[in-house]
Amino acid sequence: MTLQHYLVISAILFTLGIFAVLTRRNAISILMGIELILNSCNLNFAAFSRFMTPPEDISGQVIAIFGIVLAAAEAAVFLAIILAIYREFGSIRPNDVDTLKG
Amino acid sequence: MEFTLKTFIFYGFAFLTIASALVVVTVRNIVHAAFSLMVTLFGVAGLYVFLQADFLAATQVIVYVGGILVLILFGVMMTSGRLEMRIHIERGQLLLGGLVAVALLMLLLTVIANTPAWKNLTDDGTKLPPTTERIGELILNGPFLLPFEVVSVLLLVALIGAAMISRKEIRD
Repeated sequence: MTLQHYLVISAILFTLGIFAVLTRRNAISILMGIELILNSCNLNFAAFSRFMTPPEDISGQVIAIFGIVLAAAEAAVFLAIILAIYREFGSIRPNDVDTLKG
Repeated sequence: MEFTLKTFIFYGFAFLTIASALVVVTVRNIVHAAFSLMVTLFGVAGLYVFLQADFLAATQVIVYVGGILVLILFGVMMTSGRLEMRIHIERGQLLLGGLVAVALLMLLLTVIANTPAWKNLTDDGTKLPPTTERIGELILNGPFLLPFEVVSVLLLVALIGAAMISRKEIRD
């Protein structure tokens, strides 16, 4: 396995996440796309930490762990906002939430 | 590269990750998408094992599969009423989004294939010592002490904020 194997997997995951964020019309599906993007980032951190630095240096893995923590915080706030929006608008389609639209 | 059992398992995990991620972004039933996301997260955890990041793999399974995925399923249940929800996709948006995604993938693959510093870095198969102890040392007694403290405050803020935002408003 070379570094490029991991980078290609990560690039595909990132692209699929972007695709989900761009095309899905449901806030929870968009959240899943964002999770895919964050996972690809963490995979990149771990892969670069394994291949580009000496083996005893694992700072990249620590950064990936911080990334997981941030993803957890983000998911919690995201779902809280979705619940509040659902209560207010009766829908979680981003197109329906257009109060601020001119 | 010789084709051993290890490479076979690696390609298995890679295929599992990408195929289930493809299901996540294409399937129309959101509950199916959530369960497919679970397979993707497990696949990424397997890739972490191949990178000899054991603590990271365990954290991935515990936090993502055990925490975030359950949170997503709760979100689906509380916002759909019934346990099934179809995802509506517009045709033009699908085309445009697909175009952007394919262009982005081409760009990334070109960069990955043509960066000289990333070439010929193979995993020589040496076994590294377990990472948990060193990660603990880095976080609690090393350069990551301040980020660790900041991130714990951030988690607390997110917890309080989420509870605050999602609670029922009492109107009088």
